[in-house]
Amino acid sequence: MTSIAKPPVRHPLLRTNALGLTLRDYEGAMSTLCAGCGHDSVTAALIQACWELALPPHKAAKMSGIGCSSKTTAYFMKGSHGFNSVHGRMPSVTSGASAANRDLTYIGISGDGDSLSIGLGQLSHAIRRNVRMLYVIDNNGVYGLTKGQFSASADVGSTSKKGDANVQQPIDPVLLALTLGATFVARSFSGDKAQLVPILKAGLSHNGLALVDVISPCVTFNDHEGSTKSYKFTREHEVEISSADFVPLRREITAPGTGEEIMAVTMHDGSVVRFRKTHDGYDPTNRESAYMHVRACQDRGEVATGLLFIDEKGADMHAVARTVTKPLVDLTHEELCPGNDALQALMERYR
Amino acid sequence: MAVYTDTSAPRHYHKVVDCQYACPAHTNVPEYLRLIAQGRFTESYLLNRESNVFPGILGRTCDRPCEPACRRSRVDGKPVAICRLKRVAADNRDDVTPFLPQAPSEKNGKRIALIGAGPASLTVANDLLPLGYEVVIYERHARAGGLMRVNIPAFRLPASVLDEECNYIIDMGAEMRYDTPVTSLKAVLDEGYDAVFVGSGAPKGKELDLPGRWDDGAREHIHIGIEWLGSVHFGHIEKIAPRVLVIGVGNTAMDCCRTSRRLGGVDTKVVARRSRPYFKASPWELEDAGEEGIEILENHAPKRFVVEEGRLVGMEFERLEWTDSNGKQKSRVTDTVVVPCDDVILAIGQDNAFPWIERDIGIAFDAHDMPVIDRTTFESTRTGVFFGGDAAWGPQNIIWAVEHGHQAAISIHRHCEGLPVGERPAEGMNLLSTKMGMHSWAYSNDFNPSPRSAMQHAELVQRFAALSAEVELGFTPEQTATEVERCLNCDIETHFEATLCIECDACVDVCPVSCLTITPAAPEMDLRQLLSAPAENLSQDLFVSNTLPQTRRVMVKDEDICLHCGLCAERCPTAAWDMKKFELVLPYASSASGAPDLHAVNA
Repeated sequence: MTSIAKPPVRHPLLRTNALGLTLRDYEGAMSTLCAGCGHDSVTAALIQACWELALPPHKAAKMSGIGCSSKTTAYFMKGSHGFNSVHGRMPSVTSGASAANRDLTYIGISGDGDSLSIGLGQLSHAIRRNVRMLYVIDNNGVYGLTKGQFSASADVGSTSKKGDANVQQPIDPVLLALTLGATFVARSFSGDKAQLVPILKAGLSHNGLALVDVISPCVTFNDHEGSTKSYKFTREHEVEISSADFVPLRREITAPGTGEEIMAVTMHDGSVVRFRKTHDGYDPTNRESAYMHVRACQDRGEVATGLLFIDEKGADMHAVARTVTKPLVDLTHEELCPGNDALQALMERYR
Repeated sequence: MAVYTDTSAPRHYHKVVDCQYACPAHTNVPEYLRLIAQGRFTESYLLNRESNVFPGILGRTCDRPCEPACRRSRVDGKPVAICRLKRVAADNRDDVTPFLPQAPSEKNGKRIALIGAGPASLTVANDLLPLGYEVVIYERHARAGGLMRVNIPAFRLPASVLDEECNYIIDMGAEMRYDTPVTSLKAVLDEGYDAVFVGSGAPKGKELDLPGRWDDGAREHIHIGIEWLGSVHFGHIEKIAPRVLVIGVGNTAMDCCRTSRRLGGVDTKVVARRSRPYFKASPWELEDAGEEGIEILENHAPKRFVVEEGRLVGMEFERLEWTDSNGKQKSRVTDTVVVPCDDVILAIGQDNAFPWIERDIGIAFDAHDMPVIDRTTFESTRTGVFFGGDAAWGPQNIIWAVEHGHQAAISIHRHCEGLPVGERPAEGMNLLSTKMGMHSWAYSNDFNPSPRSAMQHAELVQRFAALSAEVELGFTPEQTATEVERCLNCDIETHFEATLCIECDACVDVCPVSCLTITPAAPEMDLRQLLSAPAENLSQDLFVSNTLPQTRRVMVKDEDICLHCGLCAERCPTAAWDMKKFELVLPYASSASGAPDLHAVNA
């Protein structure tokens, strides 16, 4: 909670993007989350990513369900569309919205409760359909809005604020997404914007569902000794197994002078994700290799981060369903409603 | 590597309070504006008086070094109207006499002489009378005030305001010797004073010795600005001819042309050698003169006084064209022009003059015939003789004279106590949290986007009806209420404790003006380019924290345009950021006894 509105003054040297907008033009309402909440940093990273991509705010839609994470859609891009849905139902609502208007950029914000408990089926099917969207999971391991019970992502042995240890197996959204055939899977940390922002930018440019699991500590209920989702624990156990730079379409690609081994993946819009080699034998375009490395890290008690897997050749929902190429809003009345003769002709095909 | 900022000494935070830092007397501006906001005018006046001694006078006449420094001008272009708010406190105060310093009935046996009853001398008296000194003030005129009385026209400074504030000091028991010009410093010294302070000002206006200056029919129509203002003040001059040229474009020239306009100089022009950006007068004084229909001729260099048939008929000027070559301004004469006039007022500067100081009494004079004065102690080369105000290094302004007075009073006190004058008492500070609750602070932290309030001025007809009609009418209560809220509370410091930080980025994300950055340590000039927004104002310091516990990076704050809104502290989950009120504890004569390190820092 904050008592005053953010003053409408900005630094005179704040840069503008290709649309002539400053970072502050991508802000939303003041956050009412706890002071120091990781989710606010994720919001700031989203603001940074959308500003750097010069995403027109009116061409984006912010989608969410219920929870601390789902409140954050109010805290960025106040000029964008938005839908705050029923608990766990954000993926279906986004699927519907995308079906109706495929031209908008969909930004879904969810949490470990919203996506891994009540909405797990919804998440799975959105991945399966490959809805073109950025799907951010603000993952803090607890139900923060209901006073800190363990969530489905809490690790075995992780303790609650009172000291009780969790005994149930966690659901890892990264491993889940890899097994379900997701075409873009990443994990990052709210306290590391240098890593998070390029991942979000790549995700926003991905042709399909881009799942980004962000460890986002709950300062109120899960930032203590014994927590495995605290700032301190994450900083001590994070292992960046894949380091990605995002090069947008407009910028010239310059060769790195370091002689590093670089692997480039070209996105469908022509922008490029460049991977620096960080881990021997790691291949972010190989699903089995990605799964193996993330599992191996988990066994060692490490948190694998980075853009872990990318497949730009996967067909998205519209390609699979062979839908019309224009948003429905741009179709003429005659195209949308071709009349009784056309209906009768269609019905005839099923007789 | 980066140098970590030490906030346990006053230096860093003192510099953050731009207005207070720029004020020669270090007046605690944000605190007195806060008191005005609370309607506590008397307290505000008294806080002002501690450092600047003449809030009512300065609220009308100060050169306001605080305003160009004000952080608000870097935020929305216009500084807080600090000076005129000071006047609000003075105008609305209750009787302050019970709260003023008082002289003890038992004296300390030391007797000091002050020469001239201007702002510098009066400040010395103000600081030393309460310590039991016997103070004798020599004044050549019949009233106290010095240039504040004689050279500042009454339409800018009413006599009642001046009398009241001078009397606060005189009534403590200063022995006033009015109508007593000092003609020999030796004679004063021979009276056996324990110390002598020379605060006699810079009373000699500069001469313009051009052809025609001393011709019959011309010389009585050519006046020296400050002398002419003095003659107007004493009633010796009541009229001037219609066409008047004022030579020079400093603040004295502004007083001259506006006074001339009121005495019949309906066509008064100011003539300047250079163009407007180089004018010495304060922008607001130029504005006021412009409002009264005074024309300013730019790039005109005086060449001669034109005298025809035994009478001054005009002045010839060379018109100049200025060009910039390698940062140096060069002029070229394009042509000459004669501007007709009946009278000329010369306002091209002032000099010191010490014909009354014998050169064989141990006071050294330099090549420019100015006394050699120590910049810190204000002592001359003769022990026990001190200088201050315009008498020390030539014309400055009232607020500098006040500060000279404070410093000289410290020196005089230490001299009389037998302590080394060069060892100065240290500045101290208090730093106190303003946190009142979850989101509640002991100051008004919300940003007020209002533009600067414009001062209400009297109509021209009323201004020209009487020489003493005050032009500025003061702020209305509504204007005052808005203007005080424009203050950014720069004395409420963002105080950072590195050991508490968990590097959650909340403060960095919420800062509305991109002041904060968590970054690997680096040298300052590198850091300045690595921040959320580049820190290109080198006159503003960076705060660099100690290394942070989790990642060994540092927290960097660019102090340049921080709004002191406190959002960083509100968003900090561990109270690593706190908003703390910084109070500079200035040394005065009253605290100048004993060892200089008595003033411990209370952080």
